[in-house]
Amino acid sequence: MKNALELSYLVPLFPLIGFLIIGLGRKYLSKSLTGFIANGVMLASFVVSILIFLQVKDGGSYVAEYFRFISTDSLKIPFAFQVDALSSLFLLIITGVGFLIHVYSASYMHHESKEHFARYFSYLNLFVFSMLLLVMGANFVILFIGWEGVGLCSYLLIGYWFKNTEYNYAARKAFVMNRIGDLAFLIAIFWIISKVGSASFTEVFSADGLSKLSGTDITAITILLFVGATGKSAQIPLYTWLPDAMAGPTPVSALIHAATMVTAGIYMIARSNELYSLSHITQNIVAYIGLATALLAATIALKQNDIKRVLAYSTVSQLGYMFLALGAGAYTAAVFHVMTHAFFKALLFLGSGSVIHAMGGDQDIRNMGGLNKKLKITAFTFLVGCIAIAGIPPLSGFFSKDAILLASFLKNPVLYGIALFTALLTAFYMFRLYFVTFSGKFRGTHEQEHHLHESPALMTVPLIILAILSIIGGLVGIPEVFAKGGDKIGQFLSPVIKEHREHEVSHATEYLLMGLSTGLVVLTIVFAWFRFKNYQPKEETGLGKVLENKWYVDELYDRIIVNPLSRFAAFLNDVFERYIVDGVVNGVGKAVNYGSRQLRLLQSGQVGSYVLLMVLSILLLLVYQFFLKK
Amino acid sequence: MGITPILFWVLSVIALFSALMVITSKSPMHSVIWLIIVFFAISGHYLLLNAQFLAIVNIIVYAGAIMVLFLYVLMLMDLKKETEPQKNRWLKLAGVVGGGSLLLVLIAALRKVDIEHGIAETRLGDIGLIENLGKKLFTDFVVPFEISSILFLSAMVGAVVIGKKE
Amino acid sequence: MSFELRVKVLLLAARNSGLETQNMPINYYIFLSVALFCIGIVGVLTRRNAIVIFMCIELMLNAVNLLLVAFSKMHHFKRAVADVSAGSDGQLFVFFIMVVAAAEVSVGLAIIVMMYRNIHSVDINFLNRLKH
Repeated sequence: MKNALELSYLVPLFPLIGFLIIGLGRKYLSKSLTGFIANGVMLASFVVSILIFLQVKDGGSYVAEYFRFISTDSLKIPFAFQVDALSSLFLLIITGVGFLIHVYSASYMHHESKEHFARYFSYLNLFVFSMLLLVMGANFVILFIGWEGVGLCSYLLIGYWFKNTEYNYAARKAFVMNRIGDLAFLIAIFWIISKVGSASFTEVFSADGLSKLSGTDITAITILLFVGATGKSAQIPLYTWLPDAMAGPTPVSALIHAATMVTAGIYMIARSNELYSLSHITQNIVAYIGLATALLAATIALKQNDIKRVLAYSTVSQLGYMFLALGAGAYTAAVFHVMTHAFFKALLFLGSGSVIHAMGGDQDIRNMGGLNKKLKITAFTFLVGCIAIAGIPPLSGFFSKDAILLASFLKNPVLYGIALFTALLTAFYMFRLYFVTFSGKFRGTHEQEHHLHESPALMTVPLIILAILSIIGGLVGIPEVFAKGGDKIGQFLSPVIKEHREHEVSHATEYLLMGLSTGLVVLTIVFAWFRFKNYQPKEETGLGKVLENKWYVDELYDRIIVNPLSRFAAFLNDVFERYIVDGVVNGVGKAVNYGSRQLRLLQSGQVGSYVLLMVLSILLLLVYQFFLKK
Repeated sequence: MGITPILFWVLSVIALFSALMVITSKSPMHSVIWLIIVFFAISGHYLLLNAQFLAIVNIIVYAGAIMVLFLYVLMLMDLKKETEPQKNRWLKLAGVVGGGSLLLVLIAALRKVDIEHGIAETRLGDIGLIENLGKKLFTDFVVPFEISSILFLSAMVGAVVIGKKE
Repeated sequence: MSFELRVKVLLLAARNSGLETQNMPINYYIFLSVALFCIGIVGVLTRRNAIVIFMCIELMLNAVNLLLVAFSKMHHFKRAVADVSAGSDGQLFVFFIMVVAAAEVSVGLAIIVMMYRNIHSVDINFLNRLKH
């Protein structure tokens, strides 16, 4: 199997082919054929990813250049893939979880018409292709191409049900906010290219490349890259698009806005870890903003009533955790959390999709309750997801979150304290969601009650698989305390991620931290149980109302940014466009018209004036010839 | 002052004055008469330059034939004196100014021209005599001579065709 | 010296000393011709009667003829010793100009007569068919 790495181009190629076939043939392919093709290409990519992973595990790494993308005298940017530990891990996550979500979608989207069904899968395949391009790119430019591609597909999929204007606004909001981050990203790329002369990872992160960057260069570049990451990964201040993005179909939310696209920022920073390790200012910024976002999102999630919104804010909060880890220098912990979060967040989203499907499209948890009787598999897997995200051992969430908490403690105990508080909030709102939705009595209408049923196998099997992964997924990152050499993922990623532990921490401290977090979380869950087991919806007041309205951040943005820009655009349209631009363009036309009208008068048909003109012309010629020529 | 310059100046004055009268006469008939006087003055110049053949031919052809033709046509028109309204005053002014400036420019340009041995021989020189011109015409220039006969033929035919009353 | 010889010497002497035989400098002819030409142009621009305009054109032609003849004599004076018939080209050209002028006049007047028959006027302002 020596050649698995050389076949790495197949991994993005399969989804691309899927996109082309389904996209071009959407009017002709039957639904089952479409589903078959879409899932087939994902499975194929997954198989190749496994082969690649096995080879990389044995110490392989590969940079494959395919063709010259940009090639000028001073700048060469090849279209190249870099297959190493970091990218192969992400490949597994993307293709694996992606495959499960594709399977789920084939059932979830079943009642769409043939053409729209195909449209959905073509977008989904295109998205996977772009995401794969993003993680496999060997230089910043290819990464950026994938970055843009996933942004585009996110827009297409959020606005999938395009007949609804609100959804279109949500899609537009997502795209515009992404774009703001993209601008910063681009500037960072230009900066890198101008200083180092290349955008390839191997060249930029080599000692030679890094020596060309001064301290301010590195700080500026890392900050700009981070701003790009805030746009894509929904951190403060560019996070408000993610809750609105729940307008898309639920599998889309699972794939794009939980497992893959939003983790692109994490990937990018993990990839650039050598740059970030050199700039302490940026690391602090990353950590503080990550933590602040985590806390903010968690507080908002406490009072949301739409099942998908709670999960969306939860995603934002968990992403904040990952950025906290990155800021604390624990890149491996962040990537580990990406993996476990992909498992349990996808599980939670797909589970919520199952619930919505059973409720006939209703997403308001105030109308739910007591669903665990009718939706047994969904309820059980959802519970597994909640336990995982709360961080109860030995599920996956515990190990990854614990690694992050440890790293933040090492950086600054205050950070640890806030992070711990946020973890408690996480447990609280997740279990609120669980108890309100699945426990107690059903609060919906009678028709909904009759309609309740468990989802078909195509939907429940991925749920089960993801639940299993959520349970055992943490076992690759067992900290040193429990088992020597248990941190397999750390060892796996070490060639790519250069981490150094600043302090060594005693076992006792570690045990103490772990015990503290676990104990408090369990207490919180019990508290939530008592609070919500017989939930009755009621009006929110005071702080609750503020939280329910998301701290009015959207309104603030509207007031400060959106409305002035709208007014400016209206001004440009009414005044500038009409009078100046149109004036100039029409004015040219009018001037030509006028000039030609005047010129036409020359042709009067009067011989006398013709002769006069002739004489005058000859006069001018003679004057020029005899007097003006030197 | 020798006889030659005096003759030159007299003929020149007559020519110029008559030309001015040509363009400023109200009646076309008068213009014709003045033009005939111009031709006579020009022929005088030719004689002064000893271009005898041309002088005679000028009188015969121009003053004798062409101007007579003009007179016939004028009489055919039976134009009353000044039935024609004058041209727009500004256009007339423009014309005068245009022509005048052309005159000024040409004179200014040609004033400083230094032609080596720029002397026109008067009263002497044989080339103006019929014998010498004829010798040249029927040897070197016989082809244009013959072609001019064709030219006359076409002119005749053209004139007749155009003038036919349908 | 015999009579013929004396005349020849006299003529030779006369030929070679411009002032005694009172040859005219060419500039005078140039100015005269230019003046006549410009008077002709002013006439063309100023008058409205087609026949008078035609006559002014003839005037211009004659001015040119005069200049040609003067130049032919100048060339003859310059090169008479070498080439006996130097300068005859000019006068022959004048001859041909007269030929052409005659032809042109006949045809032109025919056209004017035709025009008069149609519109009973020879005013050029009525001739604006060139507009279309």
